[in-house]
Amino acid sequence: MKFGIIVFPGSNCDHDCYHVLKHVFNQPVEYVWHKSEKLDGFDCIVLPGGFSYGDYLRTGAIARFSPVMDAVVKFAEAGGIVIGICNGFQVLTEVGLLPGVLMRNRGLKFICETVPLIVDNRETRFTSSYASEGAVRIPIAHADGSYYANAETVKELEEGSRVLFRYSTPEGEVTEEANPNGSVNGIAGIINSEGNVMGMMPHPERACEPELGSVDGCGLFESVINSLVKK
Amino acid sequence: MKIDDEVIKEHGLSPDEYSRIVELMGRDPNMVELGIFSVMWSEHCSYKSSRMHLKNLPTTGEAVLQGPGENAGIVDIGDGLAAVFKMESHNHPSYIEPYQGAATGVGGIMRDIFTMGARPVASLNSLRFGSFYHEKTAYLVEGVTAGIAGYGNCMGVPTIGGEVYFNDCYNGNNLVNVMNVGLVKTDRIFKGYASGIGNPVMYVGSKTGRDGIHGATMASDVFGEGGEERRPTVQVGDPFAEKLLLEACLELFKTDYVVGIQDMGAAGLTSSSVEMADRAGTGLEIDIDKIPRREEGMTAYECMLSESQERMLVVARAGVEDKVVEIFEKWDLDVAVIGRVVEGGSLTLIEGGEVVAEMPVSALTEEAPVYDRPSKRPEAQDSLLSLDISNIMKLSDYNQVLMWLLSSGEIASKEWIYRQYDHMVRTDTTVLPGSDASVIRVKGTDKGLAMTVDCNSVYCLLDPRTGGAIAVAEAARNLTVSGARPLALTDCLNFGNPEKPEVMWQIKEAIAGIADACNTLEIPVIGGNVSLYNETSGHSIHPTPTIGMVGLIDDIKETTTQWFPGPSKFIYLITPTPTPDEEPEHGLGGSVYLRVVHGLEKGPAPRLNLADEKILQKAVLKAIKAGIIVSAHDVSEGGIAVAIAECCMHPENPIGAFIKLDAISEGVRPDTLLFGETQSRIIVSVEGDDEEALKELITSFGLRCEKIGVSGGANLKIGKYIDIPAEMMKKTWSGALESFLTSGSPTF
Repeated sequence: MKFGIIVFPGSNCDHDCYHVLKHVFNQPVEYVWHKSEKLDGFDCIVLPGGFSYGDYLRTGAIARFSPVMDAVVKFAEAGGIVIGICNGFQVLTEVGLLPGVLMRNRGLKFICETVPLIVDNRETRFTSSYASEGAVRIPIAHADGSYYANAETVKELEEGSRVLFRYSTPEGEVTEEANPNGSVNGIAGIINSEGNVMGMMPHPERACEPELGSVDGCGLFESVINSLVKK
Repeated sequence: MKIDDEVIKEHGLSPDEYSRIVELMGRDPNMVELGIFSVMWSEHCSYKSSRMHLKNLPTTGEAVLQGPGENAGIVDIGDGLAAVFKMESHNHPSYIEPYQGAATGVGGIMRDIFTMGARPVASLNSLRFGSFYHEKTAYLVEGVTAGIAGYGNCMGVPTIGGEVYFNDCYNGNNLVNVMNVGLVKTDRIFKGYASGIGNPVMYVGSKTGRDGIHGATMASDVFGEGGEERRPTVQVGDPFAEKLLLEACLELFKTDYVVGIQDMGAAGLTSSSVEMADRAGTGLEIDIDKIPRREEGMTAYECMLSESQERMLVVARAGVEDKVVEIFEKWDLDVAVIGRVVEGGSLTLIEGGEVVAEMPVSALTEEAPVYDRPSKRPEAQDSLLSLDISNIMKLSDYNQVLMWLLSSGEIASKEWIYRQYDHMVRTDTTVLPGSDASVIRVKGTDKGLAMTVDCNSVYCLLDPRTGGAIAVAEAARNLTVSGARPLALTDCLNFGNPEKPEVMWQIKEAIAGIADACNTLEIPVIGGNVSLYNETSGHSIHPTPTIGMVGLIDDIKETTTQWFPGPSKFIYLITPTPTPDEEPEHGLGGSVYLRVVHGLEKGPAPRLNLADEKILQKAVLKAIKAGIIVSAHDVSEGGIAVAIAECCMHPENPIGAFIKLDAISEGVRPDTLLFGETQSRIIVSVEGDDEEALKELITSFGLRCEKIGVSGGANLKIGKYIDIPAEMMKKTWSGALESFLTSGSPTF
């Protein structure tokens, strides 16, 4: 089993994802330079957070044209597991592997804080390790995290149980007050219809060690590792 | 262009300084040379007014690997690692253009850190704005915050702490002091030396444009009305380019190609080349035509004085030029060999095959003027110090007073600001912004680094010597209560116009106070920055010598925070044993209480006995390391009442406390008791089982250890004076800043 972490110019959570996979979960992991054209030998590809190409245009809009993205699309089409976190999620929507778009936060400002989320669907390869009760606490850190898709797409996502995470109150209720960025229906993370490509704005890699205040991000990585072991 | 009196004046040089240049050169300089002299001899680059006083600061110590004089200071933290840090001001640019001014300040300080071979791992800042009620304040706060966030977040370096103040004295001249801390392996430290005759001088990073020409000169001048018109002298930041430059440089540092490296900060290519040659005792020959540039038709003058951002100057080993080029091209950056290290100690610039400037490096550096400017204690100082407490109206509702203080600019939560900063990226931040100091872990070790920035400029106005000492003592106290041993500090000395004897007096006194505290507390100064001429239309800022300090936590598990962790913790106040001559009203002068409630900014600054302070810090650190203490917080702005309120406002679980101050209240007015800012006091909480151990340990140092209460319940109750729900305090305290900035009024 091998994880690959894509390094775009401007990625800045690449080291954090590497650290968690390598030192917390003891998994084989390698960086993948954005000019690479092959992803042979990898079982899971992570698109990390950051500001790819500075994000001076719409977030992720330039990164999608990186040479490595053709390989990521092929990898996903062949059933490979792809995780996009924050900027990685934005890139995945830009390249069309996930529906919708991430817009500027409702308050127009960057927000960095640990927020409660509910795990909406625990029966995916990304969430199967989450216990069934209560909200989890995972940090967000973004200026463009307001998820938007048209009503039809949202309906499709919800009816297909493809929303994995929603912003909630600490008690686990999805309310407008608990929605930090204005995402439609509090959506914080989704999967594609095939169930192998996932994008989320919160940073699970920041919540995997007790000294950082939360270990609620572990469920995501554990779920993926378990699904790969079974495979 | 002919050099006449007007041209000399425009370059910020005095007639005497010009005569000195002619003398050193043995001829009149040409325009290019004049421009280079003007920036190198500017206050910003030459420290000409402060240099002779800065010599009094202690700069050595066991752990110091690099003191002042390089791009940043370095202290050993063990395990083959060192912390690299420095603080710098970007005051003038941030007032003229808040977003870009603050952003490029962050970019500049990060380059100072990674040019030493370190990876930047944390940023802090000290921000001072004008009054909440001033028309420009909200705009400046928004812009500066967004600029710091925009640059720092993109770089992937967490901004983990800082301080923010609001005071009328900054209405026309805000302060933006930015600090960065990096980590480096002790055997991979790089410095700014242009050594080795014949070695190539390489330019790496972004292209040179016309932005920021004469930024250093602008930063060395006072503002009049319309200072905003100087906007073109502010540089524009490109954090993406800097992120690439950072990664490319760190890749370069893994090789043995580099002889010396320095970032192009203030005064751009000029200061980096001159300073590198100066340190190595060499000369440089630079071919202007080879400088990568953004636009056509730029002159040698413009190329040398541009302050375009995200550029570095590298002196490489001869023969590896292609390999250096390869690394920077991989990261899509500009790279060019623009010159050679030469013998003879001259800076020679060539354009179109002709020499366009030739000047001795030493004339630009050690021959720069040093002034012992006259100083004089201001005549108004005595009236500032006088305070007759019997004239201060006694109030009856101390609940109300506490709420006023909690929603004041000094004390209100700064979360509205720091939630815009990514303070968690790199997954090392173990104490987030909001406690006395912020803490990062050092991956691969058990260690942590605690860091803080501090200065109370009102104390410095009233008594700059004591104020300077308090800034150091408070920073050290903030680290101590977090479980860290202070290692070293960097300072950012912000003052008004040094040509005014009264301001010069403040500078001398404040530096003397910092030196006093550093000597007693044994904390060396390893770098810093001086920002003078912080004056608009004749109004000087308060003297503001900001202190940035880094401390080492041997085992990250020993980290302590300020919040009561739950109910039934016993609360103790630890202080030096009072001396018989202590006046009961000690601590009210310069307090937030006097300023916010009574509109007075006067009285004697709180006294500070450094010997007592040292013992206090030693004792509390020992108790923390012994595992006795579950929370620790120093008493600072707002006094004991505010300090305890802060202990109650846990980020997730606010809690009440039941406090009795009988032991210290005898003969003291309630307002002084609650809100006086007497120094050297720390509030700790312990479990019931550890009370005896705490008392024994603390009293063995000759200190006083008074039990003042217990945590629990929904309300904070202090004697008969205060009874407020903790939730309500937290709501007011958390919401005050946003409410002021958006509506100009407090929340209640």
